[in-house]
Amino acid sequence: MTVNATFIGQMVVFAILLWFFWKFVVPPLARANTDRQKKIAEGLAAAERGQKDLEEAKSRADAVVREARERANQVLEQANRRSNEMIDTAKQSASAEGDRLLANARAEAANETARARDALRGEVGALAVAGASRLLGREIDAKAHQKLLDELAEEIVRG
Amino acid sequence: MASASGAEHGTSPTDYIVHHLTHLQVGEGFWTWHLDTLFMSALLAVVVGWVFWAAARRATSGVPGKFLGFIELILEFVDGQVADIYHGDRRFMVALALSLFTWIIAMNTMDLLPLDLPGGVAALFGLEYWRVLPTADLNGTIAMAIVVLLLIIVAAIRSKGLGGYLHEWVSAPFGNNPILWIPNICLNFVELLSKPVSLGMRLFGNMFAGELLFMLIALLGFTVVGVTFGSAFGFFGQIVMGTAWAIFHILIVVLQAYIFMVLPIVYIAMAEEHH
Repeated sequence: MTVNATFIGQMVVFAILLWFFWKFVVPPLARANTDRQKKIAEGLAAAERGQKDLEEAKSRADAVVREARERANQVLEQANRRSNEMIDTAKQSASAEGDRLLANARAEAANETARARDALRGEVGALAVAGASRLLGREIDAKAHQKLLDELAEEIVRG
Repeated sequence: MASASGAEHGTSPTDYIVHHLTHLQVGEGFWTWHLDTLFMSALLAVVVGWVFWAAARRATSGVPGKFLGFIELILEFVDGQVADIYHGDRRFMVALALSLFTWIIAMNTMDLLPLDLPGGVAALFGLEYWRVLPTADLNGTIAMAIVVLLLIIVAAIRSKGLGGYLHEWVSAPFGNNPILWIPNICLNFVELLSKPVSLGMRLFGNMFAGELLFMLIALLGFTVVGVTFGSAFGFFGQIVMGTAWAIFHILIVVLQAYIFMVLPIVYIAMAEEHH
């Protein structure tokens, strides 16, 4: 229980141990620790960045999808409109064609009528001259009464 | 924690305890060397140093293994304690605290070895005495405390300069008046000296008392003389009390090491403060 020279030896032992820890043990362990802390911090930052990127990409994808859907709607609408237009034009042209055909038919009928009328008129004039000659018992100079005959024929045809 | 093998060296309980408290020594007077203390502390310093050096060599910023994780756990704990107390570059402080903490735990743990085992092993080598616990030797604890004292003085001089440090000796704490120089010096002397003395004596006292209690418990084994009630009491008493004290002693082993780790850091931090 007495203090003697032993403590000198103990001081040397402790001094050596302390020096060893100071020079060879604590620095590498502390460095590894700091490095790991840095690594972990970087990893966390990278993860956060990745998360943000993912969110951005997601919102971008959403925008693209939304735009595509809008465009599809537009295309669909356009197509609808165009088909309606085409139907309308077809209808219009069909009805115009019908009108035209009708008009043609009418014109033809009118032509026919006019021609028939002209033929009739000539025939009526001849008939009237023939009738009147029979009544008068003599030849009537058709040329001399052309004007009268024409007027008569006109009257008959119209009447 | 003991058998009655002490009877080989002496039949009486007194002989047993005296034998267990005697160092293996050479030399005379002050120049006496406790070979067992020197050998055990050096051996444990080598073991602790080797374990931590192995960890330091394996140190990686990647995923640590179990061994490295355990070492880093200790380092983190010590580093946290130091960081709480000492504000500044604490690389040396961590080395000081870590070496004190681990070395003292290793030495204190020797108290948990079976009481007669180290002596028995030493006897195989023809050594009559062998105290296995370096921290139950006042030389062992005072030596560490004196190293700490030197570090306190060095830290104070580094922080304040030699002139500032000497100035503090004469002018603090009462004031810089020539009449107060002597009281200042006396008080500073007591204050400075009380630190290593209390450090060394505390650890020594705790470990010496713990060791002594193990010996006293071992004496219960001496009462085993035959198949009697008294023998049964002695046998089971030694087992029960020895177990209980050993378990409680684990706490003291770690606690005293912790105290011896923290106080030097506190002292050095105080020494670097300006008054």
